[in-house]
Amino acid sequence: MTEKVESTKKVKIPRHEMPCQEPEVRARNFEEVALGYSEETAIEEAKRCLQCKNPKCIAGCPVSVLIPDFIKKIAEGDFQEAGNVLKIKNSLPAVCGRVCPQENQCESKCILGIKGESVAIGRLERFAADYGMKAGKSEFEKPEPSGKRVAIIGAGPAGLACAGDLAKAGHAVTVFEALHVAGGVLMYGIPQFRLPKEIVQTEIDNLKEMGVEILTNQVVGKITSVDELLENGYDAAFIGTGAGLPYFMDIPGENLNGVYSANEFLTRTNLMKGYKFPDYATPVKVGKNVAVLGAGNVAMDSARTALRLGAENVYIIYRRSRDEMPARKEELEHAEEEGIQFRLLTNPVAIEGDERGWVKSLTCLRYELGEPDASGRRSPIAIKGSEFEIPMDTVVVAIGQGPNPLVTTSTPGLELNKRGNIVADPETLMTSKPGVFAGGDIVTGAATVILAMGAGKKAAAGIDNYLKGK
Amino acid sequence: MYHVVKKRLLATGIALLEVNAPAVAAKVEPGQFVIVRLDELSERIPLTVMDFDREKGTITIVVQDVGYSSAIITRMNEGDEFQDFVGPLGVASEVENYGTVVCIGGGLGIAPVHPIARALKEAGNHVISVLGSRSADLLILEDEMRAASSEVVIATNDGSKGVKGFVTDGLAEVLAQGHQVKAIWAIGPMIMMKAVVDYTRSLGIKTIVSMNPIMVDGTGMCGACRISVGNETKFACVDGPEFDGHLVDFDLAMKRLAFYKDEENQAKARLECDCGKEGGHH
Repeated sequence: MTEKVESTKKVKIPRHEMPCQEPEVRARNFEEVALGYSEETAIEEAKRCLQCKNPKCIAGCPVSVLIPDFIKKIAEGDFQEAGNVLKIKNSLPAVCGRVCPQENQCESKCILGIKGESVAIGRLERFAADYGMKAGKSEFEKPEPSGKRVAIIGAGPAGLACAGDLAKAGHAVTVFEALHVAGGVLMYGIPQFRLPKEIVQTEIDNLKEMGVEILTNQVVGKITSVDELLENGYDAAFIGTGAGLPYFMDIPGENLNGVYSANEFLTRTNLMKGYKFPDYATPVKVGKNVAVLGAGNVAMDSARTALRLGAENVYIIYRRSRDEMPARKEELEHAEEEGIQFRLLTNPVAIEGDERGWVKSLTCLRYELGEPDASGRRSPIAIKGSEFEIPMDTVVVAIGQGPNPLVTTSTPGLELNKRGNIVADPETLMTSKPGVFAGGDIVTGAATVILAMGAGKKAAAGIDNYLKGK
Repeated sequence: MYHVVKKRLLATGIALLEVNAPAVAAKVEPGQFVIVRLDELSERIPLTVMDFDREKGTITIVVQDVGYSSAIITRMNEGDEFQDFVGPLGVASEVENYGTVVCIGGGLGIAPVHPIARALKEAGNHVISVLGSRSADLLILEDEMRAASSEVVIATNDGSKGVKGFVTDGLAEVLAQGHQVKAIWAIGPMIMMKAVVDYTRSLGIKTIVSMNPIMVDGTGMCGACRISVGNETKFACVDGPEFDGHLVDFDLAMKRLAFYKDEENQAKARLECDCGKEGGHH
């Protein structure tokens, strides 16, 4: 009864907004857009939490963060402890607090959300994780060494989450990363203004503190192979190589100068810091008019990056309507506020070039929505004779990524599905090869950071069990 | 860790660097390449492998001062380190006993041809190497190529050494001698490789070229290195770098090389400006 009264009261307190840089200012810089809660706001927001006896929010979290517990600590003003509680389940909380689609996960289950607005779990997670980071390293008690060694291939969200949990279980973990820095998509893909690289690096340094060894510049499949790792003293392996193979549209003109895959565009900007050219030597360039093909989070990141690199007009070109856009609502809103122009029900059919091989314009067709298709979304139908041309200088193709074949093709006995993704047991995440586990985008196809982390954790549990039985 | 063990200037602006990279040296095969990054501010640059020593654990690269980053690398000295040295990347050459083969290296392209010629010779082929350069003083690795080949033909544009003309003239001379050439490797500037494949297409001789387009990661992740082969888009970093030259769209590949020409010039100008200043920062 009292609980009900309290919930009626709390539902009336509005969710606290998080301050952001003004759209017209942030659209021209690479500083973080969202500024985070102050201590006062965090406490106020944390006090909205009902502390449900049977919390639904935890079930909505792919890594089962102890949500009411950490929020309680914030409400009590014990921010450091809140961060420690977060870390029990989540090895990268400052990252997740920023990039998780909380509205579809924990926050969608929040009881307050039924009649009002859910607790801002993501913003509170970010607050507590950032506080912990500023306050310095949290103490970590090294567990009893198990004497077992695990090789992890790919230092992205799946691999890092897996590494963190395995280290906590006392296993010696070595992560093999192909690029020159660890982090995977957190470093090369998600832009600085949404996820500052310093924060990713701090989280990675924390893992190293826990004893995780990270070797960069190691292209597994070339410099070594999964089989060789197992022969050379590793008791198990985890493949978390992600979805790193860019898809193109297969339309004329895609190899013109000025056409990028989103991967290339974002890698040049984020990983290689092309936005600081010429201080950093890797260039990235956009013209006056930029088209981003696609409407997912990667497309929004590309569009907003193009704007910050100096483009005047940035278009999102998408053949369905707004309701079908796969990007997070917050990303769409941020993009729109910054002046990204949506050209919906529009699909490019060709990229036209000039005589020197540079993009000149984009030829598009207009679409209308028909009946729902297999995915339940209304399928777009081209309108005959609706072709039109838009002057364009730069085109970024952001229609998705497939599995990178370097590891899978160099690992005999690894069962793949017809799309080239690794087949893994849904419970243990062990593949068709004993002792070899896989998780994240390489198994599911391109998804989210947190789902990959969830898979990494699940695989860590699977590996731990496997090693105990060895 | 990836320090320069030995440096040798091969010609003006062309340096040979033997780099300590044991794990790469243990696995590299002829035809593969590496990507290097000098320091935090640097680009990732794909470089061909001129030689490797599995026992010493070294990879030898040859770099010509043509742009901002290559200028800095050619100025490296023994003991200097690369921050990152990634490899081996790409697919190795298909080395088998074909009979008689021709290995064409133009300019800096002689460096990557070297281990391929040597492996082909070791596999039992009669290897005729055709080496080209603008002039005798710019011809590199002649001794190494003589050791790696059965015969060597030299062509210089100005006629200061060997045949006067291009590598295609050297190749014509080889073919005029009546050799039954089963396969040709041609590596060098795009324009040279295009000239070779245009010449050999009508002769029906299988011609392998090694593409060196702009790359970033070198693992198939970014697609910057895409080229058109038989009207199909391929990534040079993972599908190549070697391709059937008769199927490569060289006009497109050459246009794509110019993607960052303005930025490259801007960076180079800055480098030259910095070098003139005492304590100028990069």
